[in-house]
Amino acid sequence: MVLLQISEPGLSPEPHQRRRAVGIDLGTTNSLVASVRSGTPETLPGNEGLDGEQQHLLPSVVHYSATGEVTVGQTAYAQSSEDPLNTLISVKRFMGRGIEDIKTLGSQLPYEMVASDSGMPNFKTSAGDISPVAASAEILQVLVERAELALDGALDGAVITVPAYFDEAQRQATKDAATLAGVKVLRLLNEPTAAAVAYGLDQGGEGVIAVYDLGGGTFDISILRLSHGVFEVLSTGGDSALGGDDFDRALAEWIVEQAGLEQNLSPSQQRQLLMEARKAKEALSEQSQVEINVVGWSGVLNRTQLNSLIDPLIDKTLRACKRALRDAGLKAEGVANVVMVGGSTRTLRVREKVAEAFGQQPLVNIDPDSVVAIGAALQADVLVGNKPGDEMLLLDVIPLSLGLETMGGLMEKVIHRNTTIPVAKAQDFTTFKDGQTAMSIHVLQGERELISDCRSLARFELRGIPPMVAGAAKIRISFQVDADGLLNVSAKELTSGVEARIEVKPSYGLNDEDVTRMLKESYTHAREDMQVRALREQQVDADRMYEDLLAALKEDGRQLLNGDEYHCLEVALKDLDEIRQSQNHREIARHIEMVSKTSEEFAARRMNASIQKALAGHSLDEVEKDV
Amino acid sequence: MDFTSNYFEIFGLPVNYQVDLSLLSDRYRSMQREFHPDRYASKPAQEQRLAVQYAAVINQAYTELGSPLLRAQYLLSLQNMDGVGDEQITRDPQFLMRQIELREKLADLSEANDAFAILDEVAGQVESEYIGLQQVFDQQYSRSELQGAAETVAKMQFFSKLLREVEELEQELDD
Repeated sequence: MVLLQISEPGLSPEPHQRRRAVGIDLGTTNSLVASVRSGTPETLPGNEGLDGEQQHLLPSVVHYSATGEVTVGQTAYAQSSEDPLNTLISVKRFMGRGIEDIKTLGSQLPYEMVASDSGMPNFKTSAGDISPVAASAEILQVLVERAELALDGALDGAVITVPAYFDEAQRQATKDAATLAGVKVLRLLNEPTAAAVAYGLDQGGEGVIAVYDLGGGTFDISILRLSHGVFEVLSTGGDSALGGDDFDRALAEWIVEQAGLEQNLSPSQQRQLLMEARKAKEALSEQSQVEINVVGWSGVLNRTQLNSLIDPLIDKTLRACKRALRDAGLKAEGVANVVMVGGSTRTLRVREKVAEAFGQQPLVNIDPDSVVAIGAALQADVLVGNKPGDEMLLLDVIPLSLGLETMGGLMEKVIHRNTTIPVAKAQDFTTFKDGQTAMSIHVLQGERELISDCRSLARFELRGIPPMVAGAAKIRISFQVDADGLLNVSAKELTSGVEARIEVKPSYGLNDEDVTRMLKESYTHAREDMQVRALREQQVDADRMYEDLLAALKEDGRQLLNGDEYHCLEVALKDLDEIRQSQNHREIARHIEMVSKTSEEFAARRMNASIQKALAGHSLDEVEKDV
Repeated sequence: MDFTSNYFEIFGLPVNYQVDLSLLSDRYRSMQREFHPDRYASKPAQEQRLAVQYAAVINQAYTELGSPLLRAQYLLSLQNMDGVGDEQITRDPQFLMRQIELREKLADLSEANDAFAILDEVAGQVESEYIGLQQVFDQQYSRSELQGAAETVAKMQFFSKLLREVEELEQELDD
């Protein structure tokens, strides 16, 4: 076949070259990276431990020194008591949050927060103001370096997990952090779904799975149905500001009360208190009582006391479980398996109460800290194309309703929560004043009626509506949510065709300029040269496109294209092949763009052909059934 | 977009109010297996964008055919009766009285001692009357009595709303 002559002998890519893909669990307390190697998913260790020892869990802690030096993980955590203001812990809780949200996170925060120009809160450190996104990017970067060392080369992509309950702003912030760290995101995957994948494939199970995920800062409950390799999320719920950290906080408050301490503890004392509280909590999973010595106070805490402190918090999670079951149209009896995820499910009381609520012992056989990363690695392996023909498929849902502001400050839902993604919905509105030529569109997320109780995602304007009497214009507002759960909104006046569209970036998230600026900043004290990185990224993209299109042409080219079209693509592809070996990243980018344009029509025809085939598949079934 | 087939054709099902729900979900899964964007993650960008659109249509089709109310509305829209039920008000006085009766029961719930029992009872009634209406619609539709069918859809909408309220109340009681 002609196509095989495109690349010179020896230069052609291996037909089944394995791509390097990882799953990353960017956690509140710890982060992990995992990959599928020789068919088995495993977490990858790093050497960032205190004495250079190998460790899989990377504490999600970033320390900024006055000299601008950044450390991540165990070494950073070790500084948290002496240098609390410059040691950022639980950064995930701040992702995509506005100043107002932060205030509700509690008074025990040992940081100084300042508002950035975009209204997003930054941490004030001796290395300057640091955004939660930038701190997360540091953590991601360490994990990526770790993976690239273990897998011996640049990554083709990563699946990054987020709590199912993360809203649009929090998802966008996570994606921004990945961009900043130079990671290509294959998919943002909900953590509970990832856990179900890890367990589901492990057990080859069928039926309904409840995933109870209690991490350091977030709680998620997801109800899924597994059937013939398809994971269908039926409902999801939880609380993005409730986790094991709150157990520690409740315990710390108890200690403060017992010790009769004053409210004005220094940041360093507060940190010490929280660390001691956490140690005591963990010890009580092994023993029935524990001695506590902190800030000049000593005392004893037993399991019953701990339980009474944390029971109200656990009950809160169980109420969310009930709600999720109801949303899925199920009762606890309908659940075949309960899966435990997140370090905080090690707390014995949590297991007891979950077992009671579901009437069965929860599954804990995969390490609750690594189960999410393992599931993400499995999904990354499929997405990157290492397992063609694989049957596994994830059908996820949006966690919170999306809608628009209507008259009277009310939220009108356009897409309801627990709708399977991707989803596209349109709703028609009209003008309410004679001669109105513009319409302001306010996009919101949340379940409440009043817009002040919902999260504001974006505002934009549709201008140039021809003047008409009130009610005559027909304005169609379309929402599209992609498989990552990210939203696009467009508006169109149907009688005139005037259009406006916006990719929803949260009002206090990063805009593209912010990302570019931060990228630049990070490069000034970067370990890698910008040119090298840009080149590498373009090369990975070009390789990918080349291989994909080559395979597509081989498969369908002759059937779907006429001679000229085929030749045209062939030439474009040949050019791309030559240029992708070069060192000029701009030139490579230009060619990628060109090939992309040239192959547009081919892509559309391929999709149509698949649809015809799929539809024909049904009628074939019919025939077989009738016979 | 060349996805012009009607929702029933997408799943290879006959255009009918009665739908084999387990066959529908089997077909849904096999369609998503084919067109979900995850299947296109390593394909060219245009195909990825198209996959998002197709998967969205498949999801929408599955949602509408899976819901008794939305399915009825969709069938009528295929007969050029769009927006049925949305603004239509039923004029059947008996039906309206029944509505008020059920709603009052729900409104008095917060003061009742046996709130859960009452809620269960109301939920049962609402459920069975809703199913009754679905049967009525099925007959009317198959006899092509479209005006009558549209009236039934309007009634179904009342009941579907009522069911949602019952669920919300149940949740409030739980909390």
